[in-house]
Amino acid sequence: MSDATVSVEPVSPATIGPATIRPDEAAHFGALAREWWDPKGSSAMLHRLNPVRLGFIRHAVDLHWAGDIESVRPLAGKSALDVGCGAGLLCEPFSRLGAEVTGVDAAAENIAVASAHASGSELAIDYRHGELGDLGLGQFDLVTCMEVIEHVAEKPRFVAQLVRHLAPGGLMTLSTPNRTAASRLLLVEGAEAVGLVPKGTHHWDDFITPDELSDLLHAAGLEITEMRGIAFGPLKGLHLSDDMALNYILTARRRQ
Amino acid sequence: MQPQTDKRDLLILGGGLVGMTLALAAARKGMTSHVVDRADPAELTAEGFDGRASAISTASWNLFRNIGLSDRLEPHGSAIASIAVSDQMRPGRLDFTPEPHEGSLGRMFANRELRLALFEAAAEEPLISWHSRAEVTARHRGEYGVSAVLGDGHELSASLMVAAEGRNSPTRDEAGLVLAKWDYTHRAIIAGLTHELPHDNVAWEIFYSAGPFALLPMLDNPDGTHRSALVWTVAEKDAAGVLKLSDRAFLAEVEKRMGSIFGEITAVAPRSSYPLGFHHTAKITAPRLALVGDAAHGIHPIAGQGLNLGLRDVGALAEVLAEGMRLGLEPGDAQLLARYEKWRGLDAFTVALATDGLTRIFGIPGRTASAVRRAGMAGIQRVPALKNWFMDEARGVTGDMPELLKA
Repeated sequence: MSDATVSVEPVSPATIGPATIRPDEAAHFGALAREWWDPKGSSAMLHRLNPVRLGFIRHAVDLHWAGDIESVRPLAGKSALDVGCGAGLLCEPFSRLGAEVTGVDAAAENIAVASAHASGSELAIDYRHGELGDLGLGQFDLVTCMEVIEHVAEKPRFVAQLVRHLAPGGLMTLSTPNRTAASRLLLVEGAEAVGLVPKGTHHWDDFITPDELSDLLHAAGLEITEMRGIAFGPLKGLHLSDDMALNYILTARRRQ
Repeated sequence: MQPQTDKRDLLILGGGLVGMTLALAAARKGMTSHVVDRADPAELTAEGFDGRASAISTASWNLFRNIGLSDRLEPHGSAIASIAVSDQMRPGRLDFTPEPHEGSLGRMFANRELRLALFEAAAEEPLISWHSRAEVTARHRGEYGVSAVLGDGHELSASLMVAAEGRNSPTRDEAGLVLAKWDYTHRAIIAGLTHELPHDNVAWEIFYSAGPFALLPMLDNPDGTHRSALVWTVAEKDAAGVLKLSDRAFLAEVEKRMGSIFGEITAVAPRSSYPLGFHHTAKITAPRLALVGDAAHGIHPIAGQGLNLGLRDVGALAEVLAEGMRLGLEPGDAQLLARYEKWRGLDAFTVALATDGLTRIFGIPGRTASAVRRAGMAGIQRVPALKNWFMDEARGVTGDMPELLKA
């Protein structure tokens, strides 16, 4: 891990605005980046989460654009932006589903790993390192930001930035842990203690409840169209549920 | 890895019944494949009834229908109307006959007919690239895909490698997937019989302590004479002798065991044999590799479930991969393979254990054991719930059924 830290590009404080991911957190994920694509590595939980959240997004995409549920390229002709893309766990599926994909991450090494992996997978994805607000990107049909907002220091500004990148008639998807006693016990203390997620991944105090996130989105001009819990069961593993105590995922669009 | 010009979704090693069905099922879901097989397709057209036959359960038949093969296969199937189970032809026969609305227990097909139908369909399918008479000299499973080098130096690449090579799968062994093995020290003698009386679509399972003696109803010959496929289990030490018998002596031995239920046996086709054993791997996947069919689990052919189990693998794998594709996940994705393994592992093991148990119960010699067996059979005859369970197993409709195997 120590040599991975060395290769992290110094993140200039000038590019870190008050709405950004904290520098210490960006460095933390950069160090983990090489392991991101190992399904049994430190991001095993994210890999297992991937089919669950992709299933939710697929359903939402079919509903939002009234698409063919059998199609294997439901995002053909659409643009997608994944904010906090890590090593591309969501960007690559979006690209296979036909979207023109842009991935943004604050950690330079994540973007390096994501680019290398996309080239190995023979997928053309536009990866950008830096602060979303500084990159001068346009608007996108699909904007996703998964397991990121809990790491953000100033959430209203961050949400406003996301909304600025959402095209009229576009679809936004967010997921994040809830701030409950259960999530504190299981996600922060339990999961980190047994090594399911790397130590230092989560700061429980920064977690945001569904009500708080709803208020933020409403203030930014969006309405929530669907919200589900992501729960864990010994037999089912991670699955969509009505129980939002641990983690939840939602779709939103501009208020009509 | 170098960028490949013809990278496909699947690289299927082994083009037998299971491998070919998987390629077709995947193609129907829009997936491309390479299929590599050692055999010469010309052998497929060789005429003759060698007795190699498969009981196709209702669930497996649904799979063939869902991939568009049922019209082609329909004329070649012989329905199993009932299964008669007997302990050494003594009184106490157990009959499994479904009610008319419950449908057939399955259909018997000569393997040659299945192979021909699958091969013809595969040849017409543009998403399948067929490589016959090809030996695999090297296999590679990497971070971004898999590849195999053929004897002629040609390299094929894909996202996921599937081992469908049967029980001696070299791909499985090379991947270090460990096999649990029970050797029965028995051998199945396979032969086609032509007989005087019609079989009335009854499949017979006659149990002797040396092993089961099964007669499976086949379609009549074009000249109207009647046929059944014989699967006769003998101790390994006796097998060579049985294979060497003259046709006349062989028929005498066969008639001794089946009595005159089908009248006179008028002809016997060339005999073949294969060793019996029950094997199973707890892990049926490795990074970018999935095992299907006998490569994952081989079971005693006593209940005719071997191919059906393999076709359930096909249905489950095709469904998991197709669902993954709807989510933008590539076929080699580790999460998809984990789901396939979870789905199939337990089902295959349950069927294998049940079949193994059946063989062991009937493998105990002696009068007392025989009496217990006959009492047990009479018991099952009287308990409808147990009988229905046995019949559902024969039909292959219990358990978590893949969509492709549903009507």
